[in-house]
Amino acid sequence: MKHTLAVLVENKSGVLSRVAALFSRRGYNIDSLAVGVTEDPDISRMTIVVHGDDHVLEQVTKQLNKLVDVIKVSDIGGDEAVERELALIKVSADVNTRAEIIQIADIFRARIVDVAPKSMTVEVTGDEGKIQAIEKLLRQFGIKELVRTGKIALTRGPKKV
Amino acid sequence: MTTGSTEKVNGARALIKCLELEGVDTLFGYPGGQIIPFYDELYDSDLRHILVRHEQAAAHAADGYARATGKTGVCVSTSGPGATNLVTGIATAYMDSVPIVALTGQVPRFLIGNDAFQEADITGITLPITKHNYLVQDANELPKIVKEAFHIASTGRPGPVLIDLPKDIQNTEIDFYYPDKVELRGYKPTYKGNIQQVKRAAEEITNASRPIIYAGGGVISSNASAELVELAEAVMAPVTTTLMGIGAIPTEHPLSIGMLGMHGTRYANYSIQESDLIIAVGARFDDRVTGKLESFAPNARVIHIDIDPAEISKNVKVHIPIVGDAKQILRSLVKHVKCCNSAAWLEKINGWKKEYPLTYRKESEVIMPQFVVEQISEACKDAIIVTEVGQHQMWAAQFFKYSAPRTFLTSGGLGTMGYGFPAAIGAKVGRPEKTVINIAGDGSFQMNSQELATVVQNDIPVVSVVLNNGYLGMVRQWQELFFDRRYSYTCIKGSVDFVKLAEAYGALGLRAEKPSEVRPAIEEAVRSGRPAVVEVIVECEANVSPMVPAGAAINEILDLED
Ligand SMILES: Cc1ncc(C[n+]2csc(CCOP(=O)(O)OP(=O)(O)O)c2C)c(N)n1
Ligand SMILES: [Mg+2]
Repeated sequence: MKHTLAVLVENKSGVLSRVAALFSRRGYNIDSLAVGVTEDPDISRMTIVVHGDDHVLEQVTKQLNKLVDVIKVSDIGGDEAVERELALIKVSADVNTRAEIIQIADIFRARIVDVAPKSMTVEVTGDEGKIQAIEKLLRQFGIKELVRTGKIALTRGPKKV
Repeated sequence: MTTGSTEKVNGARALIKCLELEGVDTLFGYPGGQIIPFYDELYDSDLRHILVRHEQAAAHAADGYARATGKTGVCVSTSGPGATNLVTGIATAYMDSVPIVALTGQVPRFLIGNDAFQEADITGITLPITKHNYLVQDANELPKIVKEAFHIASTGRPGPVLIDLPKDIQNTEIDFYYPDKVELRGYKPTYKGNIQQVKRAAEEITNASRPIIYAGGGVISSNASAELVELAEAVMAPVTTTLMGIGAIPTEHPLSIGMLGMHGTRYANYSIQESDLIIAVGARFDDRVTGKLESFAPNARVIHIDIDPAEISKNVKVHIPIVGDAKQILRSLVKHVKCCNSAAWLEKINGWKKEYPLTYRKESEVIMPQFVVEQISEACKDAIIVTEVGQHQMWAAQFFKYSAPRTFLTSGGLGTMGYGFPAAIGAKVGRPEKTVINIAGDGSFQMNSQELATVVQNDIPVVSVVLNNGYLGMVRQWQELFFDRRYSYTCIKGSVDFVKLAEAYGALGLRAEKPSEVRPAIEEAVRSGRPAVVEVIVECEANVSPMVPAGAAINEILDLED
């Protein structure tokens, strides 16, 4: 079972390695991790996707909370959250295929952010499923390079984590 | 305390002022190039510094000081090899939740990351074995960091904190200001237990017919022994302790059933298996305690009192968790419990106690190691006992009669050979009025025997009783039982003459070779008031018994008294 954790941490050097080290030493698996500063410049927010049963999740949460630099840990997965990933996909393209690629991008509300004689780069945001879907469709043209951020997430409605 | 005013001092001097304001009286350390500025300021200060002969010993001594006194121990080293030599001591303190602050020199900031001479990434190295650590990057932050370090080390679940001090930081002038409180939004330990949980627990305890209290090191570190005994007496529940919990209840107390687990008493292991309610206090259901988890205490409900929420239901499913300080929770628990349905249960346990006492083979010519521990117990009733790691450690746990907390210091979690002697130094420095005895093995003692120089130079009269069996005995025991007596590299007979070794350093050396010589040698060593080593030639193939093989259920007990 996958869980999305929003982890508020002190915006200090070394905090990322503390969190990463905790996961590896306790044998928890991270599916993805994204980190950035929040509305408060002293606080960073990590969005960590982990898989494991309830026991594992409980342990991960408690162990994270034990780190002095961790301020708050919330499990915000499921329907209660808006979740997004971003991917940049560089596909092979020429005069014959360009139009079709643009069409696919349109359907996914993706954007073309770079065009060259033999390639195009598509920027797409969405949940995991959407990104997988567009990746699958673009594969027929030849994907030269692909980069994805980890997932980020916010709870729906006015409440903060 | 002059915490409000400011004054211009360099980083090294600032650090000393911080230590003084934290109430530190003694440091254990070893100097080197990147910590010289600190040592230079130390030269003029009133702080006592014990110069060890290996940094590992500085960390263990700080740990022994902390366990014996309840205060935070402090150790100091230089960068690189000095800092890496602290690592085993820091890991030992981490595993047993002991409050120490380790101060390490570091190369100047402009060299960090350059593979400079004697540079080691000690904050990286100690990440998994410290409660928290700091690399000081701004001299002005030093006082705040020291304040936080002592706070973090000593509160909540205690543990080691390391502060890495680049040399240029030690030399930088700052306006000294010591904050009087810490503000750590990510660190707020819970002390007061939830009262609803306490009431639910009290009700279960009152209704239980086969309750058992299982006490761990948390009872010692929260100074909750008196409250623990009060609860036990209030509900007439038997008390078993872990290795770390020894001293939480006097060995001779009628409700005490000794240690449980791999080398626990039969009656403690039978009791926990048959109990209907386990009241775990400051203990963590370690594998050496539970044996095979699936068959551990099959009919028991579990109340778990612990300051660390991450310990709740980590290994064993807990029905009533109470997170907070053991002392406060036990106090409020006692107010809500009523006595008790345990008479038949206690009778059953007393039957087991009579049927399966801790015993050993009695010999008239050879000295049995258990006999030595009994002799120490009779000769030095109120001593602080420190141990190394191995068979002698288990015998010290089984055969000494403890009467107070903080009188049994041992490396439980990490099982560090070489811990005992330096930890005994720390204990004696912290509690000079106490007799401090290090019960050692011949293998372990050789791991830090260089500290004989430290005890002689600083006149620290600890007595090490070396149970010389000529073997790395605990490993030999496993080889005997599980590897067909193939004693692969565990025989260390003829290592050294321990008496001459002691004498070479200027300590008192004594030897006992017959049972009748044991007591007089121990008494003479204690009476001498000098640092001493008593080498006792013991039966070489004695085994620690009873024993639950690793991975077996804890009532599947082997009897090894041949
Ligand atoms: C630093 C370290 N290395 C290895 C071990 C593994 N080990 C555990 S007990 C033991 C034997 C200890 O021998 P000794 O000190 O003579 O004690 P005895 O068991 O003979 O009483 C060993 C090697 C350890 N615990 N610590
Ligand atoms: Mg030995």
